[in-house]
Amino acid sequence: MDLHIVGAEATAAERAAVDRLLGPPPTGWQGAARDIARDGRTAIGGRQVTGDRDLLLPAFHAVQDAIGWISHGALNYVCTRLSVPPAEAWGVVTFYHLLATESRPTAVAHVCDDIACRLHGAERVCRELEARLGHAVHRSPCLGQCDRGSAALVTRAGANPERFVISPLTSAEAVVDALKGIDTPKDWSPLPAADEMKRGDETKRGDQPSGWSASTVSGATLLRRMGRSNPSSLASYREHGGYVALARAIEIGPAAVIAEVSAAKLLGRGGAAFPTGRKWEAVAREPATPHYVVCNADESEPGTFKDRVLMEQDPFAVIEAMAICGLATGAGRGFIYIRGEYPESERAIGAAIAQARAAGLLGSSVAGSGYAFEIEIRRGGGAYICGEETALFNSIEGKRGEPRSKPPFPAQTGVFGKPTVVNNVETLVNVLDILIDGGAEWAKIGTAGSAGTRLFCLSGHVARPGLYEIECGQTLGHAIDLAGGVPGGRGLQAVLLGGAAGTFVGPDALDMPLSFEGARAANATLGSGVIMVFDETADLPDTLARIAQFFRDESCGQCVPCRVGTVRQEELLRGRDRGSGIGDQGRVLLSELGQAMRDASICGLGQTAASAIESAYAILPSLKGTGS
Amino acid sequence: MGGGTSSYQEIEETDCILLWGSNARETHPIFFHHLLAGLKRGAKLYAIDPRRTTSAQWAEVWAGLDIGTDIALSNTMAREIITSGLANQEFIEHATTGFDAYRTLVEPWTLAAGEAETGVPAAVIREMAHTYATAKRAMICWTLGITEHHTAVHNVMSLINLALLTGHVGRWGSGLNPLRGQNNVQGGGDMGALPDRLPGFQHVENDEARRKFDRCYGVTLPAKRGWHLSDMFNAMGRGDLRALYVIGENPVQSEADQHRATQLLEGLDLLVVQDIFLTETAQRADVVFPAAAGAFESEGTFTNSERRVQRVRKTLNPPGEAREDLAIICDLARRLGHDWVPDPEAMWNEVRRLSPMHAGMSYARLEQHSGLQWPCYDEQHPGELFLHGRLWERPVRGPRAPFSMVIHELPLDELTVDYPYRLTTGRRLAEYNTGVQTGAYHSPTRRGETIDVSPEDARRLGLEEGQRVRVTSRRGAVVAPVHIDQALRPGLTFMTFHFPDSVATNMLTSDATDPRVGTAEFKATAIRIEHA
Repeated sequence: MDLHIVGAEATAAERAAVDRLLGPPPTGWQGAARDIARDGRTAIGGRQVTGDRDLLLPAFHAVQDAIGWISHGALNYVCTRLSVPPAEAWGVVTFYHLLATESRPTAVAHVCDDIACRLHGAERVCRELEARLGHAVHRSPCLGQCDRGSAALVTRAGANPERFVISPLTSAEAVVDALKGIDTPKDWSPLPAADEMKRGDETKRGDQPSGWSASTVSGATLLRRMGRSNPSSLASYREHGGYVALARAIEIGPAAVIAEVSAAKLLGRGGAAFPTGRKWEAVAREPATPHYVVCNADESEPGTFKDRVLMEQDPFAVIEAMAICGLATGAGRGFIYIRGEYPESERAIGAAIAQARAAGLLGSSVAGSGYAFEIEIRRGGGAYICGEETALFNSIEGKRGEPRSKPPFPAQTGVFGKPTVVNNVETLVNVLDILIDGGAEWAKIGTAGSAGTRLFCLSGHVARPGLYEIECGQTLGHAIDLAGGVPGGRGLQAVLLGGAAGTFVGPDALDMPLSFEGARAANATLGSGVIMVFDETADLPDTLARIAQFFRDESCGQCVPCRVGTVRQEELLRGRDRGSGIGDQGRVLLSELGQAMRDASICGLGQTAASAIESAYAILPSLKGTGS
Repeated sequence: MGGGTSSYQEIEETDCILLWGSNARETHPIFFHHLLAGLKRGAKLYAIDPRRTTSAQWAEVWAGLDIGTDIALSNTMAREIITSGLANQEFIEHATTGFDAYRTLVEPWTLAAGEAETGVPAAVIREMAHTYATAKRAMICWTLGITEHHTAVHNVMSLINLALLTGHVGRWGSGLNPLRGQNNVQGGGDMGALPDRLPGFQHVENDEARRKFDRCYGVTLPAKRGWHLSDMFNAMGRGDLRALYVIGENPVQSEADQHRATQLLEGLDLLVVQDIFLTETAQRADVVFPAAAGAFESEGTFTNSERRVQRVRKTLNPPGEAREDLAIICDLARRLGHDWVPDPEAMWNEVRRLSPMHAGMSYARLEQHSGLQWPCYDEQHPGELFLHGRLWERPVRGPRAPFSMVIHELPLDELTVDYPYRLTTGRRLAEYNTGVQTGAYHSPTRRGETIDVSPEDARRLGLEEGQRVRVTSRRGAVVAPVHIDQALRPGLTFMTFHFPDSVATNMLTSDATDPRVGTAEFKATAIRIEHA
């Protein structure tokens, strides 16, 4: 490559951080001391070097973890090691919110000020922290802790880097102490003693300050191991039915696995609701090799935390399902792309992979089947757009996380340009029960158009926020009732379904069935399973402005309608004279912007950037016209 | 016929590329885009160059040979291919001659002998030989790193030998491609701007070909080959050449051993220069014809490295007294008693009548097909994507291709205690030759002339970046600032000749030439470096 490395050089600590990941540099051309007898005569390049381009983001994470930010010198060294032009690498490093390119304190806090946390006073906490801690505090979009109230992600760089979440964040003091290095309760202690938890035991669930809630259906369900099996123990997972599905898959073989998944009519749980069986079948029959499995764990839709709970509480289920997917589709290698804001998920999955590998459940012959499958964790860098599947591929490949034009679709041209199954965490975990029950049997749960159960993330103004597993077809009102309804006897103003990219519905929608077809009939979407409740006291205009800001922040800037439209949308909502609305003219402009973004953006971000805001104006009289 | 055997499209579809003595990334950037498309598709690139150039950075492997050891390297590769049983025996027997002698010739070049002579590690030579020989399709591309040596012809022949040995010629995706330095160097040669050729590479000593031209022009053409550039300077030295008409060249600054070249040009009875700029050469001329710029102030054709003849159209009127080359030449002809009409299409049709390989290329067809690749014998002929396909026909059409007995010889300008450093010259991305066509444009990458040295030599000589030093060869001396470059190893230095007004690099270069074709040994000068 054209490597114009000029100026700044890496410090010894920066080099060491990169070398820990990549190993020592093999030659002077890759950053070792110049040995003229060797380096004066030959150099290895081309694909042998650029083939490691996908290690770019991991290398930046390594520097960020060790030093706290990525200097020009460190960037140059990473580029020398991986043969990436610095100008291009700069485009990558500046793409991700969690990577810093300017010097800053080694310990920083990313404090959530997004829509759910705002309902619990996040703005006040953020302001106090900013006043007290200055640039050690960064505001963050949703950290996926909405079941616990407001939250902060703390990172401390160094030889033994720390990344942990404080949630619920009840006062600024906890963050101040954490940044000083004073021991604080790191992360939320996830596990009550197993025997205290009983499925369907609403009382116990209510006693939890936050967390999951079990299912309301009988039979096999996604959350059945929650609170029963120890998530850090393979033996415990096996005691609770783990690896039965994989054994079954090996027994019946790839074609039959795909047939079961197809018979189950499982639809993707990430938001797009594509038939999973059809996706697997398309990849399985692609002649190009190798095939890949990608688990999309970049759960970034505001209000969503279901995949985090699954990964933290049932990590073996995720990797077992990935192995089954690999077996079925002829893929020997899988990636699980976990958002950078989920350190606990990363630890849980990492530990599970290590144990599974040691037990022969991953590796050259999975469970002695002769099928090879390996899983690699990739950490996101703080970019909502990377949840879009093709942006995620680019991110894995060490590029800016910009979506690609489709077609070609991932089944033909996915990660590294090869046939790829990309599934959401929840989607994959469903496959376990499908294999155990049989696809046709499993499909009996739920409705005709929406088989199975779904995980819903209840947050906002409900008595017991948390994760609820609900059979498809139950009503929205039922879900809110399960979470204890609106507390304090206050009235319901609106419900946001599907997150920032979703839709607002009013109190008249409580009878809406929670199924794909039910949501469609109500012009709504279930998206990633967000049910965020706003009582009559909630400041909806503030929420809408935050949603607009979110899309403006997260637009990758690749297509003009989205890059410009999200900015104009936020200007419109922020510029309104508080209390008098945006006016009729403003509403017209808003809908024109929304239409332009829907029509002309290449990916879902731009296409849905106006959806929640437009739906709010459509259903809420208080926001309409010029009235307040 | 002289030209690259392959089309640009083929480099995008080949499997292995030996880029030999060429920094195409900087000096042939358009061609390099085609090459990059090939890499993206999966081709393996090997860069053979004394320096690790920006082109070499894209290569699978860079082989940093010593200057002037190209034949040693190619002969070593050949021996390795033969002894490993990777030679294409069927093709050799079918389409070539002289293989047995060639095998004997390369026999001493073991991998160890090759490494000792070239400096390239044996394992690297072996890998290149095996990859090239076993690739389904493979190409060799070269530039002045091969030809600016006193062994120029043998260097080229040694590469042709490799292609004959492996059958990598005359097929789609396999070929031999010299990269042309200008948009129309190929066209100049095609039109007979060579000492021994008429348009269409018809030999002047071939009576039948020559008489065709005699009849067309109503004159009798000399039946003997003329002089090439180096011959001309020698003839000036002897006093045999007294008048010179220079079109679009700046020999005062582009010739090796500049001091001598300038003296000879100034000693002529008559020097006529036709150029778009008042170059250093033009400033010494008795008569200057201001010319229009070929690219946009005149009508005609250009021919590129893949032998594609393309129409060029006039978009601007030339400034002041400047006129199209054709108009100037026709006026001159009229004064000499020939009533030529300066009509570009009529002139082109004359070419088509006289040069069989251009016969099918009417202006209308050139327009319709966005250019055609010669040979194109009639108006039904689509042109040829690649040359020498005849070698694969059964039986071979025309003569079989001979292996050449190429002998390795080191550069003539020897390294000694007084002149211990090897200077090689080349070009950079933003500049073109002596800067006549590029110096007036702004470029963010321009850093002027420097003497590039390795970090090790800089340390040894106590030199710092930007420090001015005196560079002395057996012919002259210049002062230039130092640039420290990782791409160089100890003993090897580099300069361009883009900025002759500030640093006259060609004061230093050797006037040794290849006696067969006259190309000068710009690539190998012995120098010393002293604090200025």
